[in-house]
Amino acid sequence: MSEGSQAVSASSRRAAAASATRNRGLEIDELLIFEQDVPGRCGVDLPAPPRFADRLGGVRRAGPIGLPGLAEPQVIRHYTRLSQKNYGIDTGIYPLGSCTMKHNPRLNEKLARLPGFADLHPLQPPETVRGALMLIDTLAHWLKTLTGFPAIAMSPAAGAHGEICGMMCIHAALDARGETRTHVLVPESAHGTNPATAATCGYAVDAIPANTRGRVDIAALKRRLGGDVAAIMLTIPNTCGLFEDEVLAIAAAVHEAGAYCYLDGANFNALMGRLRPADLGFDCMHLNLHKTFSTPHGGGGPGSGPVALAASLARFAPLPWPVHDSGGLWLIERADGAAVDSIGRIKGFHGQFGMFVRALAYLMSLGLDGLRQAAADAVLNANYLLASLQDVLTPSFPGPAMHEALFDDHFLKDTGVTTLDLAKALIDEGLHPMTMYFPLIVHGALLIEPTENESKASLDRFVAAMRTLAQRARAGDSGFFRAAPRLAPRRRFDETEAARRPILRWRPAKEAAE
Amino acid sequence: MRYLPLGDADRRAMLATIGVGDVDGLYRDVPRAVFETARLDLPDGLGEIEVERALGRMAAENLSAGAAPCFLGGGAYRHHVPATVDYLIQRGEFLTAYTPYQPEASQGTLQAMFEFQTQVALLAAMDVANASLYDGATATAEAAMMANRLTRRKRAILAGDLHPHYRAATATYARFNGFEVVARPPDPDAADDLEATIDDTTACVVVQNPGAFGQVRDFGALAAACHRAGALLVVATAEIVSLGMVKPPGAMDADIFVGEGQSLGNPLSFGGPYLGLMATRDRFVRQMPGRLVGQATDADGRRGFVLTLTAREQHIRREKATSNICTNSGLCALAFAVHLALLGEAGFARLAEINHARATALAGQLAAIAGVTLVNDTFFNEFTLRLPKPAAHVVAALARRGILGGVPASRLWPERPELADLLLVAATETNGDDDIAAFAGALAEALR
Repeated sequence: MSEGSQAVSASSRRAAAASATRNRGLEIDELLIFEQDVPGRCGVDLPAPPRFADRLGGVRRAGPIGLPGLAEPQVIRHYTRLSQKNYGIDTGIYPLGSCTMKHNPRLNEKLARLPGFADLHPLQPPETVRGALMLIDTLAHWLKTLTGFPAIAMSPAAGAHGEICGMMCIHAALDARGETRTHVLVPESAHGTNPATAATCGYAVDAIPANTRGRVDIAALKRRLGGDVAAIMLTIPNTCGLFEDEVLAIAAAVHEAGAYCYLDGANFNALMGRLRPADLGFDCMHLNLHKTFSTPHGGGGPGSGPVALAASLARFAPLPWPVHDSGGLWLIERADGAAVDSIGRIKGFHGQFGMFVRALAYLMSLGLDGLRQAAADAVLNANYLLASLQDVLTPSFPGPAMHEALFDDHFLKDTGVTTLDLAKALIDEGLHPMTMYFPLIVHGALLIEPTENESKASLDRFVAAMRTLAQRARAGDSGFFRAAPRLAPRRRFDETEAARRPILRWRPAKEAAE
Repeated sequence: MRYLPLGDADRRAMLATIGVGDVDGLYRDVPRAVFETARLDLPDGLGEIEVERALGRMAAENLSAGAAPCFLGGGAYRHHVPATVDYLIQRGEFLTAYTPYQPEASQGTLQAMFEFQTQVALLAAMDVANASLYDGATATAEAAMMANRLTRRKRAILAGDLHPHYRAATATYARFNGFEVVARPPDPDAADDLEATIDDTTACVVVQNPGAFGQVRDFGALAAACHRAGALLVVATAEIVSLGMVKPPGAMDADIFVGEGQSLGNPLSFGGPYLGLMATRDRFVRQMPGRLVGQATDADGRRGFVLTLTAREQHIRREKATSNICTNSGLCALAFAVHLALLGEAGFARLAEINHARATALAGQLAAIAGVTLVNDTFFNEFTLRLPKPAAHVVAALARRGILGGVPASRLWPERPELADLLLVAATETNGDDDIAAFAGALAEALR
């Protein structure tokens, strides 16, 4: 079988090489826009400006910029062809663990584009944007109710930005107490943004080991706690897909040591409507609107990462925030009066407003009943995958899982096949791979998060493909895996060479040769 | 529950496979004291019609900038976005994809970002650009931290006409990251002697061009002064369209370019999401934050693109990363790239000229009004007026007349009463002669 597939692959490669166009059937080989340049061609009709006296004071650009000229149909074809080389949630299951690739409703996109939202300048007089402030305030109410916190900072631009916002608030609260604490604790299983955030916020980072059950080793944590510890950053459910069942004791120990508990809410999808993180003893948490509340990932953002805050941290929240008074809703934009303790601005303007519209549309569409059902279905789907694959893959920890199922690569031992090879073989099956090699605490991790949006039939197809591939790996067919993917728009890349001699932009042939 | 495909029969069958009686059995690790104990006062789900009606009502409470002559800038600009842009970025394969960690399944996003990096590098006349940051303000803060790493110094000098939000965000990061910020006082006349502020402890000087009051300057001499002192020059741009006419940061020998890219492809959207731009010199690239796409060759020898130099990033380097950034502004960057692909060399230069022409026409008419003076010697598409009374009152009066007549300086510098009479006014290709005449007439009336 291995030889047969290699023969197919070789013949399809020959066919590609033989096609006069370099296209492979309907998969079009697309040049860079810079290689399609026809000087003077333009995809926008703009009238010549009237004569005017230049007011630039002589600070003029000398010479051309180097942008290519394309007409509108060329631009449409270019990006359409590029889009066809991508895989999205709209294409099929996208089970990236810890990424919550759930359905992105188009109603949200439509509403975010209403002129009353999309065509609002952030510095318009407040009297002209009351509906926008009401929208922010309404979304804030939903998020505060779901998390159980009394305050929320809406401006952070993404999850990692929310993390740093929350850690800055904690730092400011410690400053206000007159305490200098130097260290932040993160579990070994934490997402890389947690230690990076703590370091950016000026803290040294200590990792807390996991116990054999995939949870924080509470004895190790207690040994490490002391007067130098500012906070612990926990993710719940954690990145092994498990609920930290000793969280109440962890929070109590951390508070007893005078430190704060930060919750990374990346995995809140498993819990929404079913428990309030404030009740677990946390002092603040960020939410990823682009994970839990269905705003699109867009190939890498934009996100939105509001931070819910306990009463002890609320006065340190970043500017701006909406307030109610007798005249209606206003924005506090100045660090005095009620905002005198604010950490100040962490970004421009008022947050990712367009994402707020989408998230509120999602919350209102699902409602509390729908959110509870979505959380339950996400957990059910993950456990169904765990149960359906546990005899062929190796689960890292006994279940139940929460929203995602973690396996390690023990089942691939002595096969010559790696987690990476298996992931690439999934691409040939028309399935997006799971998260690979994360969390770091298990060897060759495969972290699978199906979300609530997959049907049982979709999960069954995924399971069937995984079972077939696992059996094939154990049958000793490592060559098949090492050559995958064969059927994707590109085969495996030499990423080492790409990093060793980086080419990070196009240059004209003459410059590139120099 | 239109987003949930599972039915009760599916759920029962799946629970049986798992071997639990009900879904609450899967939550058995959650302490009982907190599970399903709080009563949440939130409504149940609604159909598409009801949601559309409710949010439509909120939208209708706002005065959209398209419904009134709009002359607001101050770091966000109302430009015309061709219909093609929004169509293309809503293709599901772009909209609903994740960060391209699996390059064989993400060549569309990766090639578009490689082209975006090239476009940004060309506009700024720098060697290399990243695949975007959150916005102009956070990009400025990241640039200051990058300069600290490169110079091993911890002191950033921020020009008085750096956008106040960029200044404030940088100051917030500085407080916690542990570096010093020297924020020069607001400088509407662009008269501050920044060279005199540089010494051998300076990591970087951050300037903005055009400045927050609209002044256009050549920072070549300042760059030379920075380099003599071992410091870096960071040039920020809040209005990227200016680079269709104005001398680019690279030609001024800047070390780091940062900017706000909203003007191309992205709606105002009440302040976000926007996109942070950053470009630098090849020799500094390993200290640059954010994602980078690089060219690579696949096993069949075909050209393609991958995320590269990831040893700078948090998912590899953790607490030693150049930044904590993960998600950036991918889709906003795609909108920027598509808009700029449509414009091309000829269209982008033409767009800049139209903006400048509209602004010169507007400045001429407004400065002719009794009591109004133009503060600027130079400007691109935004300038500052000194009014005979507080600008915030005038703007409120103009809004009552159906004109969005600029940004009072007191909105951006609320702590500076000496700027209360200053009004920032911007014009773009969306402002016709009739808009300009209506604004001039209304301003004259409001000041009478």
